[in-house]
Amino acid sequence: MPRGGLASSPAEVRQLIEELGGRAYLKAQVLGSGRAKAGGVRRADSPELGEELARSMLGSTVLGQRVDRLLVVETVDIASELYVGFIANPEELTVSLLASPHGGVDVEELSRGELLRIEIDPLMGLADFMKREVAKFLRLPRRAREQLRDLLETLYDIYWSYDCEFLEVNPLALTTDNRLVAIDVRMSVDDSSLFRHPELREAYLKRLSEREAAAREHGFSYVELDGNVGVIGNGAGLTMATMDMISDMGLRPAFFLDVGGGASSSRVREALRIALSHPRVRAVLMNILGGITRCDEVAKGIVEALSAAPRRVPLVVRLSGTNEEEGRRILEAHGIRYFTRMEEAVSALAEILR
Amino acid sequence: MTGMGVLVGQETRALVQGVTGREGSFHTRLMLDYGTRVVAGVTPGKGGQEVHGVPVYDSVREALAEHPEVNASVVFVPARFAKDAVLEAVSAGIRLVVVITEHIPLHDELAMIRYAKLVGTTIVGPNTPGVICPEERCKLGIMPAKMFESGVVGLVSRSGTLAYEVARRLSEEGFGISTFIGLGGDPVVGLSMVEAVKMLFRDEATRCVVVVGEIGGTMEERLADYIASRGAEKPVVAFIAGRSAPRGKKMGHAGAIAYAGVGTAESKISRLRRAGVPVARSVSDITSLVAKYIS
Repeated sequence: MPRGGLASSPAEVRQLIEELGGRAYLKAQVLGSGRAKAGGVRRADSPELGEELARSMLGSTVLGQRVDRLLVVETVDIASELYVGFIANPEELTVSLLASPHGGVDVEELSRGELLRIEIDPLMGLADFMKREVAKFLRLPRRAREQLRDLLETLYDIYWSYDCEFLEVNPLALTTDNRLVAIDVRMSVDDSSLFRHPELREAYLKRLSEREAAAREHGFSYVELDGNVGVIGNGAGLTMATMDMISDMGLRPAFFLDVGGGASSSRVREALRIALSHPRVRAVLMNILGGITRCDEVAKGIVEALSAAPRRVPLVVRLSGTNEEEGRRILEAHGIRYFTRMEEAVSALAEILR
Repeated sequence: MTGMGVLVGQETRALVQGVTGREGSFHTRLMLDYGTRVVAGVTPGKGGQEVHGVPVYDSVREALAEHPEVNASVVFVPARFAKDAVLEAVSAGIRLVVVITEHIPLHDELAMIRYAKLVGTTIVGPNTPGVICPEERCKLGIMPAKMFESGVVGLVSRSGTLAYEVARRLSEEGFGISTFIGLGGDPVVGLSMVEAVKMLFRDEATRCVVVVGEIGGTMEERLADYIASRGAEKPVVAFIAGRSAPRGKKMGHAGAIAYAGVGTAESKISRLRRAGVPVARSVSDITSLVAKYIS
C-alpha cells in the first residue's frame, strides 16, 4: 500500500502533503468506477497547490456523490500498470483470480486484452502454484514476485473475511525500483452477508435514500429509476416483466418495488405509501398475482393507502389469484379500477398518461 | 403413473428442515394438503414435537434413523444458518435438497453447493419456489399448487411469481404443466438451467419446454450454446425478464444484475434466437408460441 492518509479539510491535506515530502495524489472518496475520468483524482506538486485543489474538490460532486473526504497518497514512479482481482464465478462454483499486465482500464476493456484467469475451488483455497503462474504471466522481476505472493495471499484473505463479490487492485503499479504499489482498490461486499459485518451494515444503511431505507425496513426490494410511472409487483421476475411491458408502451418506470411473497394488507399499504410519496410519480401500476398472497388482503391495503394519501395519483391495479372475488368486491366498493390480466392494466395505464 | 416425475413424484419421501418456523410450518401443511409425503421434520432443540402430525427431530441423522425412506429435504432454515443445514443434509446422504431460503450469503452458497456437487447431491435453489409435478400430486416448495394443472409443458424458471403467471396461463389454455422446476433467483444456484432442461427433455410426460429467464449471469447463454451444439430434443420456448432494467442494479433477485457487459437481456435473447429458440416478447406471447408446437 502507498503511504498517506484521509483528510476532510484543505489544511489537513496540506499537512499530509508536507509529511509525504511535498508531492501527492488527492483522491475523492466516492463509490463506483471511473473516478479518475470524472475528475476525482488530482496530482499536487506542492503543499500549497494541494490545499488549493482540496478547496475545489471538497464539497464538489463526483460520480453523483458529494466529496466529503480526500485520500492523500504519495506519488510513485510507475514503470507499468497491472491488474489483479478476485471475483466469484457462479457457473463454475469457484473464485476467479484475474490478472493482466495492462491495468488502469476498466474490466470490460480488460477482458478484451491479455488476461489470465485461474479458477480457485473455494474448498481448496489459493495455492502457491497459482501465485507463481500469476507472477510469470505478469513478467515480474524477482524482487516483485515475492511481494506479489504476499499481496495475493492478503487479498484472498480479505475477499473471504469481508464476503466480497469482487475485490480488485487496479492499477497495481510496478515502480521503477521494482516495488508493487496498490494504487487503487475496489471491492463490493455481498448485501446478504451484512449481518456478519455490523460496521459495514451501518455504513450501508447511512447511504440509503429515505425511500430506499423505508423499503428496506419493510423487506421490499426497491430500485430508483428515472421515469415517472411507479411499478409495484409481487416477485422480482413479475415486477421486471411489468416494467418491460410498460417500457414497450413508451412509458418509463420511476422505480421498481417488489413487495415479496405473502404480502399482508399492512405491507401493501406501506408499499403504496412509499410509491405515492415519490415526487416524480404521475401514475402507479400495481401488479399482484396472489398465490400465497391473498387478494382481499391486498385490496384492503390499497384502500387504506389511498384514504391516507397526501395527493391524488392515478392508480391502476392488476389483481388476480387467491381470493380474487373478495379482493375485487373491496376495490369496486371504493371505486378503484382493477384488471385481471396484466396486459389490460398496462393498456389502461398508457391510456391515462396519453 | 410412473411413480416419479422429474425430481419429485409419488416415491418422494420428504424431510423439512426448519419445520417449526413460521414459513416451514405453514408450507409443510400446504405440501401435505397437496399430497406430498412429508415424513419428518428437523429443528435443532425442538426434537420430540409434532408439526401438523409430522414428527420433529433435533438432527437430520436422528430423523433418518427413524425414517430411512427419506430421499429429499426442503430447507426453510433462516439465511444465517442455512449453509449448516444444507451441509447436514448432504453429509447425511440425502441426494435432493431444495433450498427455499432467501438472502443466503454468496460465499456460503459457493461452498455448500460446491461440496454438494462433489458428493453428488442435487441442490435446487437457493431462493427457489421449489419443484412441483401436478400429475404425481407432489410438490417440494412454496408455489401455489392450484395454478399448476397437470399437462405437457415442462417449465423452468429463475423467478417465482413470474413462473406462476406463466403456469396459470398455460393451465388456462389447456396445455398444463408436466413438471415445474424453480432454479432460484440467486447468482449461485445448484441445479443449472441446462441441467433442468435436459431432465425435461428426458421426461416422457413433457412435450414442450418453457424457460423463463432474466437478466444477470450467463445461464441462458449456456443453454443457448448447449442447444446450438447438441440440438433440442423437444421444442423450447423462452422468455427473458428485465429488458428495460438499467445496468449495474440488482432487480430484486441478488442474481438479477447486468454489469461489465455480462448478463444483459439482449445478450440472452440474441444468443437463444441464434440457437433457434423462439423468445417471447411478453408473457402473453408465451402461450401462443407453445400452441405452435402443441395442437
